[in-house]
Amino acid sequence: MKIIVAIKQVPERNAQLKIAPGGKWIDESDLSYTFNEPDAYALEEALQLKDKNGGEVIALSAGPDRVASTLREALAKGADRAIHILADDLAQRDTLDLARLLADAIRAESPDLILTGLQSDDLGLGQTGVVLAELLGIPHATIIMQVEVTSTGLRVKRELEDGWFQHVDMPLPALLTIQSGGNKLRYATLMGIKKAKSKPTATLPAAPSTTPPAIEFARVYLPEKQKRTQMLTGMPAEIAAQLVEKLQSEVRVL
Amino acid sequence: MSGVLVVVEHRNGAITRSSLEALAAGQSLARQLGTDCCAAILGEGIASLAEELSGKHLAKVFAVEHPLLQQYTADGTTIALQQLVEKLAPAYVLFPHTYQVRDFAPALATRFGQVLISDVIAIHPDPEGGPTFVRQLFQGKLNADYRPAPQGAYAPCFASIQAGAFRADSLESAAPPAPIESFSPSIEPAQIRTTPSAPFREAAHTVDLTAAPVIVSVGRGIREQENIALVQTLADALGAELAASRPICDAGWLPMERQVGSSGQTVSPKLYLAIGISGAIQHLVGMKGSRTVIAINKDENAPIFEVADYGVAADLFEIVPALTKAVLAAKG
Repeated sequence: MKIIVAIKQVPERNAQLKIAPGGKWIDESDLSYTFNEPDAYALEEALQLKDKNGGEVIALSAGPDRVASTLREALAKGADRAIHILADDLAQRDTLDLARLLADAIRAESPDLILTGLQSDDLGLGQTGVVLAELLGIPHATIIMQVEVTSTGLRVKRELEDGWFQHVDMPLPALLTIQSGGNKLRYATLMGIKKAKSKPTATLPAAPSTTPPAIEFARVYLPEKQKRTQMLTGMPAEIAAQLVEKLQSEVRVL
Repeated sequence: MSGVLVVVEHRNGAITRSSLEALAAGQSLARQLGTDCCAAILGEGIASLAEELSGKHLAKVFAVEHPLLQQYTADGTTIALQQLVEKLAPAYVLFPHTYQVRDFAPALATRFGQVLISDVIAIHPDPEGGPTFVRQLFQGKLNADYRPAPQGAYAPCFASIQAGAFRADSLESAAPPAPIESFSPSIEPAQIRTTPSAPFREAAHTVDLTAAPVIVSVGRGIREQENIALVQTLADALGAELAASRPICDAGWLPMERQVGSSGQTVSPKLYLAIGISGAIQHLVGMKGSRTVIAINKDENAPIFEVADYGVAADLFEIVPALTKAVLAAKG
């Protein structure tokens, strides 16, 4: 089975975010970037499917030069090769435009299965997977916990809300967005990191944007607080004493 | 029509709460724009639900019925709604931001060359008279304003509304009821590419967090499985149930049934003590109804502090043991 995993590189989870002058986006100058965690679960699922059924796992990402480090990490974890769509203008492209770039690269590979995370840790729109499936004209299922290969294609376990699940059968080729928690993430081994150096990465130029964006990003800003938060300060014992006082006199749970 | 169309979900024969909230958002947007709000409900045998909707101060209710819509599939829903939107040409199409909407709405928007503005927390009028949709970025650390871009040809704007962002009880009712129009989409069995089975639950919930008056909840900040004991000790001292955010349950450090958030339980205790939880949207929707929230997190910019009554921006490994000691001392 030939599997493509679409991966996004995002700012580190604990990054201190500063808004760029102009208020349209964040200041990217001092940021460090990492593997979008939901996509790490998609890669893990792909590697496990390959372990069970054989085949090939290809890591795919679009973005500037820095994206190469995330693709290297995917190779070190076990992906066979990587495709880097070199694009310096991701901030100017909307989901549909980005998905068109990914879809072009995917079509050229004719994979059996495309996996991606259910959302990104930065924009969190949670749509790239479904839009990709639509552009490719293939069936999809989202928020998937388990994938099983059957004689007719796949049987997947889809997470619903409030602790409910559902099995869905579908033919291949197909696209799935993977939920966290179905598998444990593997670490790259020393051997894996060494091997990654000799694995191929194809770098493709990004086609220029042909349509204007459908949605505009007007402004980014710090959220207004929904509640007035009283911040408690002092030494740990002092803070604990203040909290106990609140628990006794105001919250009344002690 | 050129107004607002709200797509409503139902489960077990009832309209879902998040759908009523999306309707409230739709009414409010229509008022802002000086236009009409309509609703659409999809399925098979949904006459009574359509009737219920007709009492909600809407210009019209569309009952979209087809045998192939009896059980949800992304293909069936996308095809039916594409036909309805093409026929009605609404300027705005709103959905509740549910798992089901996440499964089909991006594909529907793509068919119109559009991008869904997902998980919207507020809608404001912008200076040019159109609406601005507010959504969260970076797990709730920042907000962003989105606007549909001006386009030459007809282009509906699609947006999904976060649970709790609008109040279902602000929904206006009206007499006389809105007219109900039935719409029969044309769907062929071969167009449905996936075969869903009936939904199921895994082992019944043995932990009912919804009944607990006090909840101590732990997140990524706890760092190691062995540190969970620290929080368990505090929960025991307070007589509280222990809960967690999703990453803790994903890692297997606590069972899934102790998870609070959109994919876990929704709680509203007297006290919710959040320890090392940053407060991603998916977690906040599960606990923001708590009467009092106390948050301990070393990052003073963590979004959890936006919903906390009391906040401690400090190292949980110093504060939690001190608090456990103080609680035990107070109880004598």
